Amino acid sequence: MSLASERQSPTAHAASGSPIIEMTGVNKWFGEFHVLKEIHLAVERKERIVICGPSGSGKSTMIRCINALEEHQRGKIVVDGIELTSNLKNIDAIRREVGMVFQQFNLFPHLTVMENLTLAPIWVRKVPKKEAEETAMYYLERVRIPEQAQKYPGQLSGGQQQRVAIARSLCMKPKIMLFDEPTSALDPEMVKEVLDTMVSLAEEGMTMLCVTHEMGFARTVADRVIFMDFGEIVEQNRPDDFFGNPQSDRLKLFLSQILH
Amino acid sequence: MTDQTLHRTVQHAARTGGDSPVVQPPSTKTGVIGWLRANLFSTWYNSLATLILLYILAKLVPGIIDWLFISAVWSHTEPEVCRAADGACWAFIHEKYRLILFGTYPFDEQWRPTLAVLLYLVLLLASCNRAFWKPWLGVAWVVLLAVIGTLMYGGIFGLTQVPTTRWGGLPLTLMLASFALAIGFPLGILMALGRRSDLPIVRMLSVAYIELIRGVPLITVLFMASVMLPLFLPQGVSINNLLRAQIGIILFASAYLAEVVRGGLQAIPKGQYEAADSIGLGYWQKTRLIILPQALRISIPPLVNTFIGLFKDTSLVIIVGLFDLVGAAKAALTDPSWRGFYRESYFFIAMIYFVFCFSMSKYSQHLEKKLNVGTRR
Ligand SMILES: Nc1ncnc2c1ncn2[C@@H]1O[C@H](COP(=O)(O)OP(=O)(O)O)[C@@H](O)[C@H]1O
Ligand SMILES: [Mg+2]
Repeated sequence: MSLASERQSPTAHAASGSPIIEMTGVNKWFGEFHVLKEIHLAVERKERIVICGPSGSGKSTMIRCINALEEHQRGKIVVDGIELTSNLKNIDAIRREVGMVFQQFNLFPHLTVMENLTLAPIWVRKVPKKEAEETAMYYLERVRIPEQAQKYPGQLSGGQQQRVAIARSLCMKPKIMLFDEPTSALDPEMVKEVLDTMVSLAEEGMTMLCVTHEMGFARTVADRVIFMDFGEIVEQNRPDDFFGNPQSDRLKLFLSQILH
Repeated sequence: MTDQTLHRTVQHAARTGGDSPVVQPPSTKTGVIGWLRANLFSTWYNSLATLILLYILAKLVPGIIDWLFISAVWSHTEPEVCRAADGACWAFIHEKYRLILFGTYPFDEQWRPTLAVLLYLVLLLASCNRAFWKPWLGVAWVVLLAVIGTLMYGGIFGLTQVPTTRWGGLPLTLMLASFALAIGFPLGILMALGRRSDLPIVRMLSVAYIELIRGVPLITVLFMASVMLPLFLPQGVSINNLLRAQIGIILFASAYLAEVVRGGLQAIPKGQYEAADSIGLGYWQKTRLIILPQALRISIPPLVNTFIGLFKDTSLVIIVGLFDLVGAAKAALTDPSWRGFYRESYFFIAMIYFVFCFSMSKYSQHLEKKLNVGTRR
């Protein structure tokens, strides 16, 4: 099912075109609170990035700025050549290209799984209903729950709901997928089924930004791991160096806390 | 993985079901005696309350039954016969029901409001069925309103013209209540959305509207609509009294319904908005497809509560000179030879109100159950 694409280093992509996401000098405040400080981040096409850091360090806020769920106040964010301004047209255009998976799944409880999946393609992309349903079925098979199509989210387990949420994003055929702690709200036995889905997505060359503390996932899938603390990107590196040879004291401390 | 877990659970359940003997609940918890014990005589104070209530019922019920049925005058006779009897005088209702139901609508033309009400009730009942919630139902309502309007007002097709000043009774009550809901509800939804809007002007206007109208009694709104509305209109333009009262009731309804809907909107988690945003839905798509269906569903009980309240509040139009059901019931009492049968008159219209309000309540419970099927965890 999954096309096992060859793992390439980010530098190899850099040569093959401009970054798909480019954040330059991005700052954001919640009231007085400086939540993002001078964020510079360029993400190449097909690059897989894992973001980690202590709770409250601004990881969610940073990736939510990419699809304008949060508004940045200074700096520049360009996604697939479109600059994120307060221009609603640009925001809509970017949201069509960027899928997002939330910690709490956020499926629509009053709609069936099938309706959850076809809603955006039908209303946003104006795809005919039949075609949208075929696409939905394809992605439900990809996340291995085609038999749940006619159920309501409340009737599924957490792991199944999160896989539906991933499928819902994929139905819009996004170029970029953002994951905000997709396995944090899951019971332990369901974490693997969701991670497996994400791994297969990564293998197919999806550009991914994942906020997660699943270090096994980071090691096997990520091209680059980013460490955030107090609203700053403190350190970033290839996974083996990130885990094997951390530079800053903050990262060393963080790793010692989570790697037990 | 999960499917395997599920499979194991099912196997496990099947095994335990097969091996262990079926255990019945102890007999004290079942049957009539068990029920009585559990519900009416579980503690000494519960038993005391039960006995006191039984005593009160024993004192009241026989008298009520006697008045309503046994000593009541059922035949269509003279008022004198009624005055001699101890029970209710249903002869009064027999004599006056057309006046109560249709007010001062011309007597010989009363088949018209009768037909209008029947047609209305038929379509209303049909609309209760969710299978019929299709675009044609909206068309059917528009057609029906035209038919009802023609029937009531006349002036064409050989129907004599009946000015709105002569409309009254049940059709008037139904009309005022229906338009109050049919227009007030969507307006209320818009106001509720406006109150939560990101646009300051929209938000301020919505808040001002809701608070202003909610801050004054319906009587005042009706007076204002009746007396002040004409002042705002250009010279020479006049709206008839019925329409003015109707507008007043719609404004009042919308302000109240707006607050009920807002309550529902507030219960929708932020994640629903974010998920809708992240898949690219626009504001109106998000509102219509994601937010309102959920918000209205959880608002059904308070919405119906407000609907029922509004239905009964329409009786206040009597103060601007309209004869709705209550007004007509009062008017029926002014006949000198039938003076004094107010109990019968009010009991009769109370029953009519009750049938409508109780149906609304029952239907809302049914709807709640139906709509909850998918989301129950
Ligand atoms: N809407 C908000 N209003 C005010 N403060 C917020 C809001 N959202 C997040 N914050 C604060 O911003 C900081 C960063 O939050 P977040 O990006 O969610 O951190 P992380 O995802 O790394 O745990 C936290 O201190 C949080 O309390
Ligand atoms: Mg977070």
